[in-house]
Amino acid sequence: MITQQVVAPISKLRHKDLLGISDLTPEEILLILDTAEAMREIGERPIKKVPALRGKTVVNLFFEASTRTRTSFEIAEKRLSADTLNIAAGTSSVVKGETLVDTAMNLEAMAPDMIVVRHAYSGACHMLSRICKAGIINAGDGMHEHPTQALLDAFTIREHKKRIKGLKVAIIGDLLHSRVLRSNVQLLTKLGADVWVSGPPTLMPPGIERQGVRTTTSVDEAVEGADVVMLLRVQLERMQGSFFPSLREYFSVFGMTRERLRRAKEDVIIMHPGPMNRGVEIDSEVADGPYSVILEQVANGVAVRMAVLYLLAGGAEHETAA
Amino acid sequence: MKRLLKGGRVVDPANGRDGIFDILIDGDRIARVGKNLPADGAQVVEVPAGFVITPGLFDMHVHLREPGQEHKETVATGVASAVAGGFTAVACMPNTSPINDNAGVTEYILQKAAQANLARVYPIGAVSKGSNGEQLADIAELRAAGCVGISDDGRPVKTALLMRRALEYAGMFHMPVLEHCEDPSLKGEGVAHEGYHASTLGLRGIPGIAESIMVQRNIALAEMTGGAVHICHMSAATSMRAVREGKQHGARVTCEVAPHHFTLTDESLATPVSYDTNMKMNPPLRSAADRDEMLKGIVDGTVDAIATDHAPHHYDEKKMEFDLAPFGIVGLETCVSLCFDRLIHPGLIGLPRLVELLSTNPARILNVAAGALTEGAIADITVLAPDMAVTVDAARFRSKSKNTPFGGWQLKGGVAATIVGGRTVYVNDNAGGAEILR
Repeated sequence: MITQQVVAPISKLRHKDLLGISDLTPEEILLILDTAEAMREIGERPIKKVPALRGKTVVNLFFEASTRTRTSFEIAEKRLSADTLNIAAGTSSVVKGETLVDTAMNLEAMAPDMIVVRHAYSGACHMLSRICKAGIINAGDGMHEHPTQALLDAFTIREHKKRIKGLKVAIIGDLLHSRVLRSNVQLLTKLGADVWVSGPPTLMPPGIERQGVRTTTSVDEAVEGADVVMLLRVQLERMQGSFFPSLREYFSVFGMTRERLRRAKEDVIIMHPGPMNRGVEIDSEVADGPYSVILEQVANGVAVRMAVLYLLAGGAEHETAA
Repeated sequence: MKRLLKGGRVVDPANGRDGIFDILIDGDRIARVGKNLPADGAQVVEVPAGFVITPGLFDMHVHLREPGQEHKETVATGVASAVAGGFTAVACMPNTSPINDNAGVTEYILQKAAQANLARVYPIGAVSKGSNGEQLADIAELRAAGCVGISDDGRPVKTALLMRRALEYAGMFHMPVLEHCEDPSLKGEGVAHEGYHASTLGLRGIPGIAESIMVQRNIALAEMTGGAVHICHMSAATSMRAVREGKQHGARVTCEVAPHHFTLTDESLATPVSYDTNMKMNPPLRSAADRDEMLKGIVDGTVDAIATDHAPHHYDEKKMEFDLAPFGIVGLETCVSLCFDRLIHPGLIGLPRLVELLSTNPARILNVAAGALTEGAIADITVLAPDMAVTVDAARFRSKSKNTPFGGWQLKGGVAATIVGGRTVYVNDNAGGAEILR
């Protein structure tokens, strides 16, 4: 249900691939979210399967370890009746002795319809999209984008707030290394949210304010009056890079506690793309508290990925759209 | 054999010439330069109108890859590429495999160059053994074998102390120290200019200051020691300011800028094709403000030389994830056209200044007798076609590698012919009337 339609609805995606939110128009984002509403209903049936992608082959090509995203895609593919297979390639194709291009060309020779790719390096999916006839879905490339995460986040926000435009969304954590951040900034600014990002200055992506977001090192300022607070994972290895002194200090300055959350709106929702570091970016009281929608995000991931798969590999519309 | 080049516009700033002159070539030397010279038994070549005759161009920063990386380039293909780009001489960096840190490697390169017999090759020796930044290489031996400068190019000289020693020691042989300026800690794992575009694409950044901080170190040491330091491939506005200031203080500092750094910006990371590995080089393509500062330095005289940093890589190596692809692009065969198109035709500089940047100054910095059309000098001559329409076609490069970001670009201005030691070694069939120079 959309109570506040930002833009005119459309009925198809013009793309072969989903490489990033940066390639999508607001209309296309809304189409995916609306389609996901219908897909979610499938997951609530006793027989959770429709024939939409019957006869289509989808390869989940994961060069980086992932449990949540890979499982979510696989469930989504199976609910749409696609033939799916998982390839967990090593973290580095170089170590394996085969280049990414060769891996892709070999897969391509077996004519899959879609390839879902997770890769440690930014731009890997772009490279594959130039080589492959198969549609490429970016399931996270380096520090660049993780578009389906941002889509499921938007879906979750919309479900609770009935809109995105005008909401104050505070994103707090390791901004610099986060592909979730980059996709969310693209999506939320395209749909007219008031996006604030906060974290240590050492983890602030250069030039991010040019993307239409407000930056602050004060968590309190970011959280003040927020409708949505999204925490991003802080990785242990960042300490070694001297981005901040210690996890303990990080928590004391940026960790989301119940105390800090009081500045937010009363009906604030708390989000986290996972995996969480409890006691670092988020206090367990907040993660497990009444405002948390973290597990709903995971649940919605399946519906959103079904929508993306369906719209890219599905109906006749894409075939005629060239 | 004598040839009389008749009636071309001669631009030779070293001799204060810019006008219509005849040039008499006798064997491998320039016998006479003057107005209306008599044929005197020489073969008369009427230089087509519009062509410009300059001292042979000199690219003071190339990578010929031999020995060790012959799949990227060899001395033979490198010098073929050079003459096709209008260069009669190149200085090649020592980061071969093995490193050019001893006379054996230097002699090997020179032997290959003699066999190829096209552009002249002036090797740059290593500053330190193995370019490890620990112990000075045998610099006198390198000098005797034919090296004209020293550099640990690809990496900066590790410590300020070693840089000090190198400047002091090489000074006695009148060799400059050529430095790839980069603070390794600030560079980190960076692969592109630190800024909006890299940030949006999720690429780790290399800030401009990683270069400038090392430029400043080296200028300070040059000032202290009286040694000559040459800053390679400048890319950051802050570096240009440091060199400008250093020159004002009387430091013996010179610098070069590569065509891609006065042409492109980091916007090319995203468009027209995102993550194009032919847009990956070190130093990286920087912001528009940095690029504009490179142009300013070229105009105001701060920049001494234009050098290509010709860095051939096999296409397998470039067909990788952006993070994994090697830094560098080929440059020899696009340099002149980019200079015309971006510097001359927009009116930023005139031809005499361009000849300084591409010929006179590189020869002066490296103390090589070249860069002037002086009577009695070796006849290394480049003939330019300022108005020729050029479409960059990497497939036709003489270089073994095709890693250029300029493929398909349409540029105005190019090379008509290249003459080394009185012998025409390259004629451009697309330059109307150039065949006469054959």
